[in-house]
Amino acid sequence: MRGSWRGATRVAEYRLRNMWKWRNSIIAFGLGNPVLYLASVGLGVGLLVDTGSGGVDGVPYLVFLAPALLAAAAIQGGQDEVTFPTIAGFIWEKLFFAMRATSLTGGQIADGVLLAAALRVVFTTAVYWLVLALFGAVEWTSALPLITVSTYAGLCWAALMLAVAANVKNEDGFLAFTWRLVIMPMFLFSGTFFPLSTLPLALQWIGWISPLWHATQLGRWLSYGMPLEPWQAALSVAYLLAMGVVGVVVARRRFERRLTS
Amino acid sequence: MIRAQGLTKRYDDFVAVDGIDFAVERGESFGILGPNGAGKSTTMRMLGATLQRTSGDLMILGRDPAHEGPTIRAHLGVVPQQDNLDTELTVTENLYTYGRYFGLPKSYLMPRIDELLAFAQLEDKRSAKVDALSGGMKRRLTIARGLVNEPSILLLDEPTTGLDPQARHVLWDRLFRLKETGVTLVITTHYMDEAEQLCERLVVMDGGRIVAEGAPAALIREHSTREVVEVRFGSDRNAEVAAQLGDIGERLEVLPDRILIYTDAGEADLQRIVARGFMPVTSLVRRASLEDVFLRLTGRTLADE
Repeated sequence: MRGSWRGATRVAEYRLRNMWKWRNSIIAFGLGNPVLYLASVGLGVGLLVDTGSGGVDGVPYLVFLAPALLAAAAIQGGQDEVTFPTIAGFIWEKLFFAMRATSLTGGQIADGVLLAAALRVVFTTAVYWLVLALFGAVEWTSALPLITVSTYAGLCWAALMLAVAANVKNEDGFLAFTWRLVIMPMFLFSGTFFPLSTLPLALQWIGWISPLWHATQLGRWLSYGMPLEPWQAALSVAYLLAMGVVGVVVARRRFERRLTS
Repeated sequence: MIRAQGLTKRYDDFVAVDGIDFAVERGESFGILGPNGAGKSTTMRMLGATLQRTSGDLMILGRDPAHEGPTIRAHLGVVPQQDNLDTELTVTENLYTYGRYFGLPKSYLMPRIDELLAFAQLEDKRSAKVDALSGGMKRRLTIARGLVNEPSILLLDEPTTGLDPQARHVLWDRLFRLKETGVTLVITTHYMDEAEQLCERLVVMDGGRIVAEGAPAALIREHSTREVVEVRFGSDRNAEVAAQLGDIGERLEVLPDRILIYTDAGEADLQRIVARGFMPVTSLVRRASLEDVFLRLTGRTLADE
């Protein structure tokens, strides 16, 4: 088991080296994304909402919005950092096959990709949180709980997407497809910009199955004390965990099988 | 180093490798020659402990790859048919990250990378991105990468396929040097000249089976005459002319584009053909090669596939 863990860290080390090549866009995206959202939606829409109805959920719009944006950034960053390398590793450059020719196993490669994605998510989320704090959207004391819960959600989702990407035979628009038909609807219909309860009931299910909604619920509870029953919080944590566990188990098996057949 | 008995790989109802037996000794350079689809790459992946066999016995470095894959792979170098290098990293970084997959420390890797760059004649390119390398350079880098862990056995799958003649010769020279240092080489190829150049001993595979085994020169002696006369009379006349040359040489093969006459006296036999009034469009007297062995054993040329 100890040897297995070491193998995963070697793969993660490689992934970080590869990410380092993209450091400028990772940093620019990590900073630019929150600044743009906060300036436009947070301040612009916020002014409209706050003067119109005195905020949402009893707090200013910016405070309501912040935990959702943070969770969305974690989930999107996590997805990027598992789907691109997995498609490249199996299809474009076939690097995973080169790795599997060394003493590494398929499971270690899957774990390593996920581990590096986790570090990227921690980084992205921490930067995002800092911008939120500078805009006054979160309390300074919320750093640990908010970054932790967002990273947790991002990582669980990344594990699931790792398993999905490992099954893609032919890229054929998979990356664009998941962005437009999974990430975007998730972003729009998870109670990110308005409470989920304001959506017609027929659309609310999107939120219930969405990891972003569960992460947002937890985030709002931790950030400004949105009322949340303990069982609801536990359910959200468990739902995300289930996603992550299924993802890891399927991804490990799928990686090993695909690299040895 | 390698011992295979009844080694078989079956996919549903297709048998890719059909019960082959062979052994490779330490320091040997061993070839697997055959056309595309003969089962060479499948065999190679089983030797590389990246593909599980369906049945039979296989021992690599005294271990069974079904149970000790990672341990075996730690002592193997693998050069796949396709260069799967990281095109976003530099030449040096490719070698370094690959070494790290084995868990090799930086203090070992830095001097080792210098040696490998010298060996692969890529010292000027150490900081170049892989994208900027020629096909021959990428191949040499892939071979250098396979050597990073000082493997006991280097497995090369079609090492020069797709390279121009000059790049092939450079590569052969490098592999020859490697052989001199005592590394055990296993090479698959569908180029008979490559097999003759690099392999001390080889098996000829066709349809998942081994059809012949031995040293290249011995195989040629056993299955062919010393010389071959190749004459072309145009594709529509070859068969007609061949019918009247039956008594020349030991044996004769008619291919769509030429006639091959197997003989121990090529020049004299060519003179006899001309003396009978047949003027070939082109003619060539050459030494017999593994191509002739393959043709003899399977009734097909290696280029047929």
